[in-house]
Amino acid sequence: MERTTIDLWVGIFAAAGLAAMMGLAMKVGNLTTSGIGETYAVTAAFENIGGLKARAPVKSAGVVVGRVDGIQFDTKTYEAIVTIKIDKRYEFPKDTFASIYTSGLLGEQYVGLDAGGDSVPLKNNDKIAHTQDAVVLEKMISQFLYNKASETGDTKSGDKKQVGEK
Amino acid sequence: MLKRLTKLLQGIGSRMLERIWRLGAAARFFFYTMVYSGESLRRPQLVVREVYFTGVMSLIIILVSAFFVGMVLALQGYNTLQKYGSSDAIGVLVALSLVRELGPVVTALLFAGRAGTAITAEIGLMKATEQLSAMEMMAVSPIARVVAPRFWAGVISMPILATLFSMTGILGGYMVAVPLIGVDDGAFWSQMQANVDFKEDIVNGFIKSCVFGVACTLIALFEGYDAPPTAEGVSRATTRTVVISSLAVLGLDFVLTSFMLSP
Amino acid sequence: MTDNIVEIDNLSFGYKGRLLHKGINMSFPRGKVIAIMGGSGSGKTTLLRLIGGQLKPNHGQVRVDGEVVHNLDRSGLYRMRRKMGMLFQFGALFTDLSVFDNVAFPMREHTDLPESMIRDLVMMKLNAVGLRGAHSLMPTELSGGMSRRVALARAVALDPALIMYDEPFGGLDPISMGVIVNLIRSLNDALGATSIVVTHDVHETFSFVDYVYFVSEGVVVAEGTPEQLSKSDMPFVHQFVHGEADGPVPFHYPAPDYKREMLRGHDA
Repeated sequence: MERTTIDLWVGIFAAAGLAAMMGLAMKVGNLTTSGIGETYAVTAAFENIGGLKARAPVKSAGVVVGRVDGIQFDTKTYEAIVTIKIDKRYEFPKDTFASIYTSGLLGEQYVGLDAGGDSVPLKNNDKIAHTQDAVVLEKMISQFLYNKASETGDTKSGDKKQVGEK
Repeated sequence: MLKRLTKLLQGIGSRMLERIWRLGAAARFFFYTMVYSGESLRRPQLVVREVYFTGVMSLIIILVSAFFVGMVLALQGYNTLQKYGSSDAIGVLVALSLVRELGPVVTALLFAGRAGTAITAEIGLMKATEQLSAMEMMAVSPIARVVAPRFWAGVISMPILATLFSMTGILGGYMVAVPLIGVDDGAFWSQMQANVDFKEDIVNGFIKSCVFGVACTLIALFEGYDAPPTAEGVSRATTRTVVISSLAVLGLDFVLTSFMLSP
Repeated sequence: MTDNIVEIDNLSFGYKGRLLHKGINMSFPRGKVIAIMGGSGSGKTTLLRLIGGQLKPNHGQVRVDGEVVHNLDRSGLYRMRRKMGMLFQFGALFTDLSVFDNVAFPMREHTDLPESMIRDLVMMKLNAVGLRGAHSLMPTELSGGMSRRVALARAVALDPALIMYDEPFGGLDPISMGVIVNLIRSLNDALGATSIVVTHDVHETFSFVDYVYFVSEGVVVAEGTPEQLSKSDMPFVHQFVHGEADGPVPFHYPAPDYKREMLRGHDA
């Protein structure tokens, strides 16, 4: 085989490999949507974060504006401190609400930001004051059962009264 | 009875010792390959030539296999996912399976079968026809001239082949999922992008393929270099290359995956 | 500078308890063509490997140009090998390189000569063996005799002081054999080198070598000029030179008594 032909084919081979890597990174992975821009960090305290994990998305109005960076436990207040990194392009007012939602019915959990009306924006290392915890399924079910139980109890006592009044 | 038992144990013991001895010889061989790699750096033309023979020549089998694997993944995946109404996740399924596991592992197995056996046979034959001896007598180290360039060529080719495998497999999956089955085009790609992480999945897959490249190439080179210089010896060596490479790849895959998936 | 380019001093060598050589003494003076002859398996080729430093002796010494071979370190060994050229039994040409590249190999590896000079040198060497026109062929396209000649050109590529031939006449037709004989002698004299030929071809070898060593059972059993040896009446030499079927080297592999073995079949 001619030397130059071999070189050509190896060059094509290497270029194809590089192109495939680029393709994977751009089209398949999330390189374009994460980590590229600059971010600023903000913390929020929750009583219960449910199943929130690091690198979960942070959305506002359904659009991804940042990522959950880290989750710590505060031993003094017994709360979960969640650090989120928000893209520098987006500013949020100081009285923004941070809540933990679930995508779909049983999907993964993410942090939702509802903007408030304050004119002062959140800055790096600020703390979000208003938070809403995750909805824990077990608590919901026990609540539902409790409500159901008290409902039937009311109707029973209602019937009793009617009987009594007769 | 006791005699037979002791003989059996002796057999097992000596076979174990031979395997351990071989492992040591292979480790020394790896060390020498590293030490003599200077020539490969000074004359990249040698490495380029070997990349052609190991990498470029394997392209056809890799790409065709990748295409089929991707298509099968899409078919099987759709079959199961649509029972849970999650057929939109088919893009994620195909992409993650390929990038994390099938890309590196299947490429390594195919590489061992095609390029690995070629390397073993070539070096074994060079040994049998005294070409390596001739090189030694001409004061040229066969390890520097013959072994090291092939080693680096294999290490370079494997990740490239694995990446091409993953990409082609995803395209194959796309071909089946979107035009054929009718999954939504946008859902296919957007779900994939949302769930495939560059650092966790793609880079880890790349690291795996590099490790497999080192293992498969080293095994192929050692088996060829160590083969008895007869026709039977060389043919046995090529079989050993495939068997040992496959086992090594699957074993390393487990080790690497457990490292990568644990937080 | 000694008169002998190679000296083998009381050499003993063997594997796994079986000694191949038991106290060999040989000396190879400069400028001569010397043959080492013996039966198959008598360790002739191993002697060449010991001289070249591929094997280490158990006892004794091999000295090349005054230096003890097995005491040399890697760089010393490689330095010594550049003074040697070796022709392997079936040529051992590199099958992935053309004839030209095969002969150019030692030049490209060990010298910094420009490609134009290398081209001229390669053509000169190929011309000396009569294969200048075949320079673009691949080794698989060559006949046995031709590949042997190319290997010879490669062995003398760097004008070595010592050339070793491992069974150069094996499997050649009479014409090719004559060609090789001619080449060995003329190259040796032209280069002022020393040639060691390992062979068991008596008739051809006696016609052109200066001195012969006979090796059997691990020792040198006879040595001398071809004229002296062809007149010798030592049993081994006589059997070898005249190609007798039976003599000191027995015809029969050791076996029990013939009559008893055949009759045993009947009785059983």
